[in-house]
Order: sequence, then structure tokens, then C-alpha cells
Amino acid sequence: MITRDDVEHISWLASIKIEDEEKDEFVEQFNSILDYFHQLDEVDTENVEPTYRVVDLANIFREDVARESLTQEEALQNAPRRENGYFKSPRIV
Amino acid sequence: MLSKLRAELQGGSSEEYLCKLYEKIEKSSLNGFTTLARDSALEAARNFDKSPGQGLLAGVPIAIKECISTRGIETNCSSRILRGYIPPYDAHVIERLKAEGAIVMGKTNMDEFAMGSSTETSCFGPTRNPWDINCVPGGSSGGSAAVVAGGEAPCALGSDTGGSVRCPASFCGIVGLKPTYGLVSRYGLVAYANSLEQIGPLTHTVEDTALLMDIIAGHDARDTTSANRESRSYLIGLHDGVQGLKIGIPKEYFGEGVNKDVEKAVWDGVHTLERLGATWQEVSLPHTKYALAAYYVIAMSEASSNLARFDGLRYGLRDSEDKDWHTTFSAIRSKGFGPEVKRRILLGTYALSAGYYGRYYLKALKVRTLIKDDFLKAFKDVDIIAGPTMPIPAFRIGERINDPLSLYLADVFTVPINLAGVPAVSVPCGFAGRLPVGLQLIGPHFGEARVLQAAQAFEAATPFHEKTPEVI
Repeated sequence: MITRDDVEHISWLASIKIEDEEKDEFVEQFNSILDYFHQLDEVDTENVEPTYRVVDLANIFREDVARESLTQEEALQNAPRRENGYFKSPRIV
Repeated sequence: MLSKLRAELQGGSSEEYLCKLYEKIEKSSLNGFTTLARDSALEAARNFDKSPGQGLLAGVPIAIKECISTRGIETNCSSRILRGYIPPYDAHVIERLKAEGAIVMGKTNMDEFAMGSSTETSCFGPTRNPWDINCVPGGSSGGSAAVVAGGEAPCALGSDTGGSVRCPASFCGIVGLKPTYGLVSRYGLVAYANSLEQIGPLTHTVEDTALLMDIIAGHDARDTTSANRESRSYLIGLHDGVQGLKIGIPKEYFGEGVNKDVEKAVWDGVHTLERLGATWQEVSLPHTKYALAAYYVIAMSEASSNLARFDGLRYGLRDSEDKDWHTTFSAIRSKGFGPEVKRRILLGTYALSAGYYGRYYLKALKVRTLIKDDFLKAFKDVDIIAGPTMPIPAFRIGERINDPLSLYLADVFTVPINLAGVPAVSVPCGFAGRLPVGLQLIGPHFGEARVLQAAQAFEAATPFHEKTPEVI
């Protein structure tokens, strides 16, 4: 069972603020969805390998050569806040 | 249809044709388009009219789903968090379309970040189904399907993570293909659940889908999951028929939960293929009932990681005063994402969090193996698998949106295909009342030619693709 405390913890992990009045609804919906997920417990998966990708691909390598990329102007064109050619982030400490 | 349109436009009438479409869109009640690229599209059409090119789609307009990057045209995934974002580059599929002379006429509405099956979770409000404007068009590529079915665009691209091309194709009575994972480059597709999704065409006819696949399929080194295979034309052999084709009918795809009219239309479709020379036999995909749970665990987990990039730093919403790092980002993401996107990110975060990874994510990946093996096993006995695309016809706008689980359950026959990575097409096969029904034809990995060939034979023998809705 997921509780209000769990929802608050997940919200912190996911960096999504949840308003107090929304929490109970999330608790209820999460429990009903997780309850549905628990039917996976019925499946015997002993000795079954997980499938991370469906097509068999090994590591793909390429030559380490410089190629054309976005210009600084293009890379910054969508940034809501910038300064001296950099993205401007909020204060970290 | 598209080859005929292309030939007609060669006379130099691309601009005139495009203007007529824009006029129609202006008066439309469908809400299928989010952004119209009027200036760039009309300019491209005028250039074409002056000296018509010879590309496969020369002078032909196309509508593009909101989550496929288009250089210079807003790409926002129908989400508040990405409003105003103008990509500085084109997705691989857009490069290919432009190289063949196609004209990007605008972007189409979708469920926010492709999370939904009804196009109701968009920040632009719901798109309407042209067959009944009180019903949903399906999703998440509902805008793309509605504008094609409603005659506002001759063809469109969508993306399919758990049915998002096939569901709206089914609900809107058109053709929609989810290609084999890796066949079409995802470079420039805004990621939701990257191990599951593919870009696919939405068109009036099977031949049009084959033509679009000829353009968009192929290797691209910028997508590390792109399959490096020899390219081929899906138009070659398309009309060769279904004589001797062995069709598998999965018993798990019929019965409880499937609307009776849908079931009848699908069976009629199977019998049509039988009349055309195919044979059918029952097959079993025994893990079908676990596909939805496995799909949602995997999709939500991948989403929680993919959508972590939306923080208002490099692009997107950032309209409040900066406080400390965590408070600022949490507030932006709370304001920018809608309820369904939050739900999926939060549940995905939970499924990947310490102590739960093995129980949910790893378990789902193991069940995914069993589901994939079901298909591999079935394809030892049959050439293609047929069943309903959706268990129900389009439902009414608002009917399911407040009950997320009931919406998820509608994806029961589309998500196994994404988990297995195989290709599947939805073709119109009849009606439930006035609403279209889709027949889903599934092939083995890289078996697009085979499914399209069967779909073409079916289409040529049936009238459903010729029916068009009377859009108000």
C-alpha cells in the first residue's frame, strides 16, 4: 500500500511538487494501478532473462572525429534565461 | 491516393491545394492541428509550383505529430512545459520527407507526451473524431488521424509507443502502421518510452503507407537502435495477394471485453482474406493478459527517466522567480506537466526506486521476454496474426478520462506488439454503428512487406477505405 508519505517521497525524487489537496487522489489512483500491476506476480519468471531491447544490437561504435554540431546561438535559442553565452540555472547551494 | 495527388500537383497547383486545406482547417471543429506552418509551407509550395521537383512526395503536404522535431516549427508535445520550443534541427524522418519534396503543413494534436489513448490530455484540449465529434479520435496520435480522416491533410506521421498510431487509425477509419522497432530512426522524436516507440504513417490507403515507409525507413547512425539493413521498397510486391498466406487467430484476442460489433467486423475481415486465398488457424499468445501491466511498468519507468530533462533550463517553461535548484525545478515541473504525465512519471519513479526495481521493472522486463517469445513461437506456424486493433469503437469525450485504469485497459491488443517489437498495421474493416472498426494485422520482425501485402489485398476487396465522414 502506498501512503501519503510515500507520495511525498516520490514527489521529491521526481522533482515534481504535489499540492496537499492533490495527495489523497494520487494515493488512491496509485494504489489501484499498482494493484493491477501486481498480477505480474502470478507469472513464473524463474530462469527467464529480461528483455531490455527487442532487436539484437551490440555496442555501436564510431570513429572519434569532430563533426558539425549546433552553433552556440542555436543551442541557446530556446533557453528561457541565459547570460554571457551560458544557460543560467538557479542557485545550487 | 498520394501518387495520384502527386501527379495532379505536377501541373503547378501545390499552393492552390494547400490554401484549400488551410481554408478547410480554419472552419474545422476537429481541433486536430496545433500549429500551422503556413508561411514556410506556402513558400515551399510556391517554389514547387515554379519548378516542380521529382521526389516521391514532390509538392505534397503532410501533417506531423507534435512530438516529432521540425526545424523552425514549434514542437511542444501538446504540453505546457514545452510551449514555445522551436527545434534547431529536423528529425530524421523530416529530413527524408523534405528530400522527397514533401511539405510540412503543420503539427497535430496528441495526448501530452503521447501518454494516452484519446488525445484528451493535450494542453490544447481534445481533438474530435470526424465520424462523431462527441467522440475521441483515439490516441495518442489523434490529431494526425483526425486531420487525415477529416480531409484536412492527405497524410500524416504519428508515433506509436503502445498503440498510438494504430488506435487512432482504428477509431478514425484509416490506415496506420507501427513499424518493427529499429526500422525507422527515432532521431528527433521526443522520447517517452524509448525501448517501445516507433514513428509510423497514417494514411487513407495501404499503398500510401507503403510509399511513406519507402521514404522514412532506413538506417540512421544518430539513433543507436536503428537497424542497419538493406533498404527495400514496400511498393514492390504490394499487390501480389494472399494466396496461400497462413493467418493466425489468437484466441486471447476475442471474447470477453471485446465489443460484439467489433468482433463481427474483424471476423468478417478474416473471412474476406480466406476468400482471397488465405487460410486461418487458431494460435495462442498465452501471456497476453500480462502485457498491459508489463507495458505500463516499462513505459512509466522509461518515462520517468526520459522526462527528467524537462527542467526549464535549456528550453521550456520557466516563468517564476528562481529559488534554490530543487524548489525551482519542482515548481516548474508541477506547473508544466498535466495530471496523466505526472502520474506516469511518479509511478515510474516509484517502480525504479530502491527496493522496488526487482519487483516491478525487472519483473516486467522478464514478462516482456515471455510475450516476445509467444509471438516468435506463433510465427513458426503462421505468416501473420490477425485480430482487432481495439476491443471497442471510439468512446465519448470525457467518458473515461477520470478513470486512468479504464483507459489503460483499452490498449490490451496494441501494447503486446510494442513489447515484442514486431510490426502491425490497422486497416478499416467495418463499422460499429457509425464508428469505424480496425483490423490489426501483425507480422514477424521486419515483416512489413508481408503485412502490407495482406492489408492491400484486404483493402482492394472491401469498400471501407472509400467511406469518408461528413465533418461538420
